[in-house]
Amino acid sequence: MPSRGGRGALRAVAVGYLLALLALPLGLICWRTFANGAGPVWHALTSASARHALEVTGSVAVVAVVANTLSGVGLAVLLVRHRFPGRRLLDALVDLPLAVSPVVVGLALILVYGRTTGFGAWLAEHGVKVIFALPGMVLATVFVSLPLVLREVAPVLEEVGIEQEQAAWTLGASAAQAFRRVTLPAIRWALAYGVVLTLARALGEYGAVAVVSGRLVGKTQTATLFVEERYQNFDQPAAYAMAVALAAVAVGILLVINLLRPREGS
Amino acid sequence: MTATTADPAAGPRPTPRLRRPGGAGLGLGVGLATSYLSVVVLLPLAAIVARASGHGWGRFWSAVTTPEAAAALRLTLVLGLLVAAVNAVVGTLIAWVLVRDEFPGKRVMDAIIDLPFALPTIVAGLVLLALYGTTSPVHLNLAYARTGVMAALLFVTLPFVVRAVQPVLIELDREMEEAAASLGAERFTIFRRIVLPNLLPAIAAGTALAFARAISEFGATVLISGNLPFKTEVASVQIFSQIESDNTLAAAAVSTVLLLAALAVLLALQAMQRLGVRRA
Repeated sequence: MPSRGGRGALRAVAVGYLLALLALPLGLICWRTFANGAGPVWHALTSASARHALEVTGSVAVVAVVANTLSGVGLAVLLVRHRFPGRRLLDALVDLPLAVSPVVVGLALILVYGRTTGFGAWLAEHGVKVIFALPGMVLATVFVSLPLVLREVAPVLEEVGIEQEQAAWTLGASAAQAFRRVTLPAIRWALAYGVVLTLARALGEYGAVAVVSGRLVGKTQTATLFVEERYQNFDQPAAYAMAVALAAVAVGILLVINLLRPREGS
Repeated sequence: MTATTADPAAGPRPTPRLRRPGGAGLGLGVGLATSYLSVVVLLPLAAIVARASGHGWGRFWSAVTTPEAAAALRLTLVLGLLVAAVNAVVGTLIAWVLVRDEFPGKRVMDAIIDLPFALPTIVAGLVLLALYGTTSPVHLNLAYARTGVMAALLFVTLPFVVRAVQPVLIELDREMEEAAASLGAERFTIFRRIVLPNLLPAIAAGTALAFARAISEFGATVLISGNLPFKTEVASVQIFSQIESDNTLAAAAVSTVLLLAALAVLLALQAMQRLGVRRA
């Protein structure tokens, strides 16, 4: 408990740090983006290339969220409800994607599916293009957001325990029925939280997608790649408009998360 | 958990079976999970290590010790340690203010802490460049400078220590501190001898995560660093430029070093958690 003066100094440091690092830069970019009103922003966001970038981001994100939700719930049930050899290894492996650099993820996918590898060449022969195409971008996005649903769902599964599920089995429910009627309602807020986190990560991914997409404007360019490409080409208004749009989505996602969080405990 | 199975035909009334989806179902599940993770995570990462080591230890070593790669790795390590240290101190301080202080606007402050996690990293870089770039209204130009890269890394790692320490601080029993104060202990002594030891595991965990994130970050640094070799080029940016020039061996070698570092941090975190559990 610092004295009144000490407390004030601590508060000043904390507020000052957050202002300098977060609030002021964000405020400035919003102010600059809307300096000439909302018209130019709307115009920049509805250009053909911007619309295409948003579509690519949206489709990649949707597929990644669905894949990671299904695998996340499945893996959580497996890791929490069952004991099997290699379980701890699997448990540790699942966290790895969060610690790996996005660029490394991109390189890894190129080394497996790229045209220079045997497997990549075989796929290309059969008309499947992974690198510099949507499948590679989906794989990259799935990789970087892999554990988010699992890590939200697993602790809740652990906490609710097995009794209610057992009761359902005793009463003759099938595994699917027990899951749908007992397990799913118990984990629904954690699941929603994990899905929202995955969505945020998928919409915002840059590094891994930058490597595997080839950054082809109007083809594999996502919203985040659009920001970078427009900025490097001195089209600041378009870069700012898309950045602020992505930031607005991020703030919206944060609000949803804050709405979901308190309900977890109840 | 013991599963009891009864033959429905044995009794006059069918006994409901206590089924645990074990046996064949469990085997199938484990097989599916293992193959899924292998295809999505393990195989690609193994491909990196294979590419890096495929031409022997000598080639690997010369790839990571070229002047450019060595400079990038050194800068990554130094910046990672600096960013981790700043986060350990400032993150703890912010958590303290959020838990123990009361002032208007505190809730807003608490809410924006998570913003760096939700914001796309490329946007984070762009946002910092708006205030600290060539067109800086405060005449502080960090573009293409190491301080700029560090600012970007501080931005993306901000929530780790705050969010690790905050819940521990909320749960912390104030009675010990009050007892120490009643015995005449100085405020700083109370913090150092009573509060800090209780927070230390959380601070360490948050700092380790911040370090892991800092050494792997790419998107936030790419615009602000200007990718100047020997000056602002961090390891992830170096890997990217090697991929762009089709030198996958060099890229894989530097990637392997980053992978090993990430693995070491993960293992250290797990060891810390186990230690914490044993203590409790």
